[in-house]
Amino acid sequence: MGGVVEVRNLRKIYPMGDDEVVALGGVDLSIERGEFIAVMGPSGSGKSTFMQIVGMLDRATSGSYSFEGRDVAALTDDERADIRSRRLGFVFQSYNLLPRTSALENVELPMVYAGVPEARRLDIALEKMDIVGIKSLADHMPNQMSGGQQQRIAIARSLVNDPALILADEPTGALDTKTSRDVMRIFSDLNATRDITIMLVTHEPDIAAFAKRIVTFRDGHILSDVPNVKRAA
Amino acid sequence: MNLRATLRLAIQALVRNKARSLLTMLGIVIGVAAVIVTVAIGAGARVSVQQSIASLGSNLIVVQPGSVTQGGVRTGFGGASSLTPQDGLAIAQLPGVAAVSPIVSVRSQVVAGGNNWQTQITGVAPTYTFIKAWALASGRFLSESDVASIAKVAVLGQTVVTQLFPGGESPIGKTVIIKGSPFTVIGTMTVLGQSGMGQDQDDVVLVPYSSAMERLTGLTTVNLLMISAATAAQVNPVQSEVVSLLARRHRITPPQPYDFQVRNLQAFAQAASSTGTVMELLLAGVAAVSLLVGGIGIMNIMMVSVTERTREIGLRMAVGARARSILNQFLTESIVLSTIGGLIGVVVGVLGTILVALLAKWPTLIPPGWIFASVGFSAMVGIFFGYYPAQKAAHLSPIEALRFE
Repeated sequence: MGGVVEVRNLRKIYPMGDDEVVALGGVDLSIERGEFIAVMGPSGSGKSTFMQIVGMLDRATSGSYSFEGRDVAALTDDERADIRSRRLGFVFQSYNLLPRTSALENVELPMVYAGVPEARRLDIALEKMDIVGIKSLADHMPNQMSGGQQQRIAIARSLVNDPALILADEPTGALDTKTSRDVMRIFSDLNATRDITIMLVTHEPDIAAFAKRIVTFRDGHILSDVPNVKRAA
Repeated sequence: MNLRATLRLAIQALVRNKARSLLTMLGIVIGVAAVIVTVAIGAGARVSVQQSIASLGSNLIVVQPGSVTQGGVRTGFGGASSLTPQDGLAIAQLPGVAAVSPIVSVRSQVVAGGNNWQTQITGVAPTYTFIKAWALASGRFLSESDVASIAKVAVLGQTVVTQLFPGGESPIGKTVIIKGSPFTVIGTMTVLGQSGMGQDQDDVVLVPYSSAMERLTGLTTVNLLMISAATAAQVNPVQSEVVSLLARRHRITPPQPYDFQVRNLQAFAQAASSTGTVMELLLAGVAAVSLLVGGIGIMNIMMVSVTERTREIGLRMAVGARARSILNQFLTESIVLSTIGGLIGVVVGVLGTILVALLAKWPTLIPPGWIFASVGFSAMVGIFFGYYPAQKAAHLSPIEALRFE
């Protein structure tokens, strides 16, 4: 089994004074290699919390999570940082590019922490920027670029360490409809032609429509988990 | 993350915020420059005090006549006429004594050709140049035979030379009239400069002490005995030997007060030099406070920087930065800032010191140790004041940092 993510009875509880808020109330989910999965649900459904735990930015309260066969709960903070660096890619709603830093340097950033030699960093960064069609913007600063271009930089950045899983958190939330569709086509392409595993978090059905599988969260539980028969393109 | 990569990250971050980096550095620049300038002034003052003490003579012991009481009126020290050249000869036999010179002083008008000048006439022994560590400029100095023959010869200080022979001609062989007696000039002394009390030590005419007693004062006693101990360590033992020798020679038994007083300049030299050191440390302390304020400025800006860059920190963590990398990055930024500030401060401080020396004509001396110390200290300031903000950055939770608005 080429399981990338295996989650069993995952719970996340936030204490709120004497009370507590159950963000995830026992979630089971598996993500196989090559999947393109959309996680949907209204705000407060637990979908973002789920993404943060899968992305190792946060820890679950209980339950088990294994990533590529490793028990994540047993990992130290440094080991989790190393997995984020080498096996995970992130794309955020607000792009999160470093200001006053060229597109190329932004794309290179994860490789700096992964210890990739400088000479190879440039080749890899340019290759990934070429894939998302923004190689010509290498020396532009983020504030000289449109939202769609900035998000492409962020996607190139998520690709540089050849991750096992890309986590995209509302990647089109700040973009207009046409640009949103362009960005989603890039994800579709990456999944189809390069077999990259993608987990997309969104609350918009027409964005989720690009995925192969749609999981819907409600009140900290999985409401439905179905293959997407009518894929957008 | 190796050191080079961390250093590059830090420098990139600082270059991206040039104006803020420069303003932050300014505090350290001023602090280090202030330390260097004040220490240079303090050390310069101390060295010039030490030099003027050294010019008073090395390992010097001075014997003055004591006080006398006449009809209930006590004169001060030097009032008694108790010291004789024979006391001096006896002291010269003591172990540890390198040289002795009687001193006979009188102020008098000196005439040479058409010029005249009132100056200090000092009767001394040939050992005087050794005791005062004072070199001859031209001609020869007084000899033992000059003393023995009560010769009418004189050696002039440079101030007297310029006053009596303004034309620049050599005074050697010329005759000067002192209190009606003609003295032949046989030599001139080099410039000794001001004494520790601001007296012009070159405004003097040196003659054999025997001649001074016979022809100028008409007394059989001298004003002072100057003794030079062979080494600095022997100053105190020689001093007590001199006291007991003179007590014996003057037949003084314990309840009677001594008719002389023996002093050495070591205590004075030490006091003056330690005053200088205290001054220097005090000035450096004041300057160090400004360095400290500069450090607090760094901490302040680093705190602002951490808050301002919270999302950046969150992103760096998300793409794989360990807490340690974040800590190192911010700490390195702070150290780079303070070290570059320190180096600029050294340059500004050295230039400022040169300016002070040129404009205010103050003696200055930059001890090289202080340059290293102040750059080292400013790097320490960077570590100390950069650690807390860096620690704060490293312990941010990645999701909270990413969500930060």
